[in-house]
Amino acid sequence: MENLLNIFIKSIFVDNMIFAFFLGMCSYLAVSKTVKTSIGLGIAVIFVLLITIPVNFMLEKYILKKGALTWLGEGFADLDLSFLTFMVFIAIIAAMVQLVEMVIEKFSPALYNSLGIFLPLIAVNCAILGAALFMQEREYENVIEATVFGVGSGVGWMLAIVSLAAIREKLRYSNVPDPLKGLGITFILTGLMAIAFMGFMGIKL
Amino acid sequence: MSNQEKEPMFSAKNLKLLTDPFGNNNPITVQVLGICSALAVTVKLKPAIVMALSVTIVTAVSNVVIAAMRKYIPDRIRIIVQLVIIATMVILVDQFLKAFVFDVSKQLSVFVGLIITNCIIMGRLEAFAMANKPWPSFIDGLGNGAGYGLILIVVSFFRELLGSGTILGFPVLEKLGVYSVGYENNGMVILPPMALIFIGLIIWIQRSRNKSLVEHK
Repeated sequence: MENLLNIFIKSIFVDNMIFAFFLGMCSYLAVSKTVKTSIGLGIAVIFVLLITIPVNFMLEKYILKKGALTWLGEGFADLDLSFLTFMVFIAIIAAMVQLVEMVIEKFSPALYNSLGIFLPLIAVNCAILGAALFMQEREYENVIEATVFGVGSGVGWMLAIVSLAAIREKLRYSNVPDPLKGLGITFILTGLMAIAFMGFMGIKL
Repeated sequence: MSNQEKEPMFSAKNLKLLTDPFGNNNPITVQVLGICSALAVTVKLKPAIVMALSVTIVTAVSNVVIAAMRKYIPDRIRIIVQLVIIATMVILVDQFLKAFVFDVSKQLSVFVGLIITNCIIMGRLEAFAMANKPWPSFIDGLGNGAGYGLILIVVSFFRELLGSGTILGFPVLEKLGVYSVGYENNGMVILPPMALIFIGLIIWIQRSRNKSLVEHK
């Protein structure tokens, strides 16, 4: 239990997807204009991570890893399909995103309209594939650990985008130099927020 | 159709496709695509160059493939088709890097895989290759990959120079004798946040030189 809590906190604050690895920056910069839409996108990302990470973990463990196919019989013991990782992961993610899109369209048309083009783009949100690849690289022991890591990363991502959106809403009242308006100041803001988040780096739980 | 074929290979239009992404239509600073990987691989110059080349190749080749089969892709499943083609190219690049430059491949870690979700590639496929012929698409892919690479190389040049005092691993500052007058490496520059601030500064410089890019809200 303690271990799981550790992974959860670590993936939110220390290994924050945005501030430590810059994953999912495209939609992070584009959708962070108002708090409301950014909360919607954040929830969608958490949801997609919650579904895709365990599925990808199982695939990795029982099909892709070297020697993972042993359960099929002795002859499969040295088979190494790990070069197919990217293809399998991205296919799962794309399929899941399609599913989430259909669910949201059915149950919350308002959210669907405000997310617009960015919903299908979650499929190419680096945070999702990035989390799957980090999950593979860090070799979590079981599905539960991997899932906790996935949800934690999603929560961290949402935290980042919502706080940036809040700052940008306030920023409308300040006098930013013309060439820095919009994109430029957003980059610098994110940089400053990342410096603040580095304060969590030394934490040992 | 027919007059398109008579067009010379490097007509003014095609040349513009190649050069535009370097300046006024840069994928990173103007189109805001592909930021994710741009920031994480720019601590040192060498991985940045490898990354820039990989992305350029993947963008150009998958642009050509998609442009060639654009009339046969059903609209509803086009994203999955595009992803599969990009993923194939990335697997090739990944295996190539592992075989020939293993140390760089280790440094780039997950970011080679993340080329798949690099928005530049997806964005160019959607915006250009789905509506154009293979040759212009190839040029467009090449130009955008190179424009992306340009920013990567500029950022990583300064980060390596200021952060570690080297260029491509060669200790330039030490040879120039800057340390003897009390200069010290700026450890801050190696840390991730500075990459963001550097790109912010590049955007600032670019937009003050070209006022038409300024966003008015």
